[in-house]
Amino acid sequence: MSPTASLRPALTAPRRSAARRVVGVAGEILITLGVLVLLFVGYDLWFTGVYTAASQRTLKHELSQIWAAQQTAPTSPDVGPSPSPTAAGSPSVDVIPGDALAIIRIPRLGHNYAFAIVEGVSTADLKKGPGHYPGTAMPGQIGNFVVSGHRTTYLAPFNGLDKLRTGDAIVIETAKMWYTYRVTQSLTVLPTDVGVILPVPNHPGAKPTQALITLTTCTPKYSASHRLVVHGVLVAATPKSQGPPAALEGE
Amino acid sequence: MYGWIWRKLPGNTAEKCVTVGAMVLAILALLFFVVFPWVEPRLPWNDVTIESPSLSSPHPIGTSPP
Repeated sequence: MSPTASLRPALTAPRRSAARRVVGVAGEILITLGVLVLLFVGYDLWFTGVYTAASQRTLKHELSQIWAAQQTAPTSPDVGPSPSPTAAGSPSVDVIPGDALAIIRIPRLGHNYAFAIVEGVSTADLKKGPGHYPGTAMPGQIGNFVVSGHRTTYLAPFNGLDKLRTGDAIVIETAKMWYTYRVTQSLTVLPTDVGVILPVPNHPGAKPTQALITLTTCTPKYSASHRLVVHGVLVAATPKSQGPPAALEGE
Repeated sequence: MYGWIWRKLPGNTAEKCVTVGAMVLAILALLFFVVFPWVEPRLPWNDVTIESPSLSSPHPIGTSPP
């Protein structure tokens, strides 16, 4: 570590021009940056899913426990104060942000497709799974049940949203009910087009009469320039005591 | 740059290889558990929500029409 030791290679090695050394170091830095970017792509597309998979396991486990407890206690569950002021006609059921509130199943995307939906659409919420917009309708309620999810990262729950066709089933499982929605419309909008998440999409102030579902994710894949929006309408609400709905059978 | 690091490492070639392996693992861990999780939310291509441009991201629309 003495100064002479660090000087020795420079003295014994063939003398290189300063310009060549600068170019050499610059090349190494550029290669390093390239490797860093590739590593980040690997992290974003694959490693983020590890976290989401663990979160989903925990959330589904918690949901099953909470639901089992609610079966034994038929009165309304003990809920905390509302996280945000709810407008008139908004859900009275309160879910703590970040907690799971339902499970979404989409038969078109596979027999095993099932994600726990968390309350909230913050960055932290969406890392755990698809998120429900606070203040929009709850599953099965009149109004618009709006859920956003990642397209390519964090297990990519809404990766296949573009495969949904009109009439496809979106099944929401809650503590006591199965809600079956059917896709009515898919469209691409700008990220600022908030009309699609209104209780009556694109009709501000209109009084909702239907129970709708709206799924949003980013589009095209690996971009956030637009949003892919899938609307659906509630076609069946059956108690869980009657077993899974028809949409989940016969696959 | 890398040649300079290699020459600075103590020991023979085998020992240097072990040290380099440990350094690579340490750097990967730092990237995957500290740097990348910090960078990732700051990049725009994971935005999936629909927001009013006048509101910041933690406050989604829904409780009131724009």
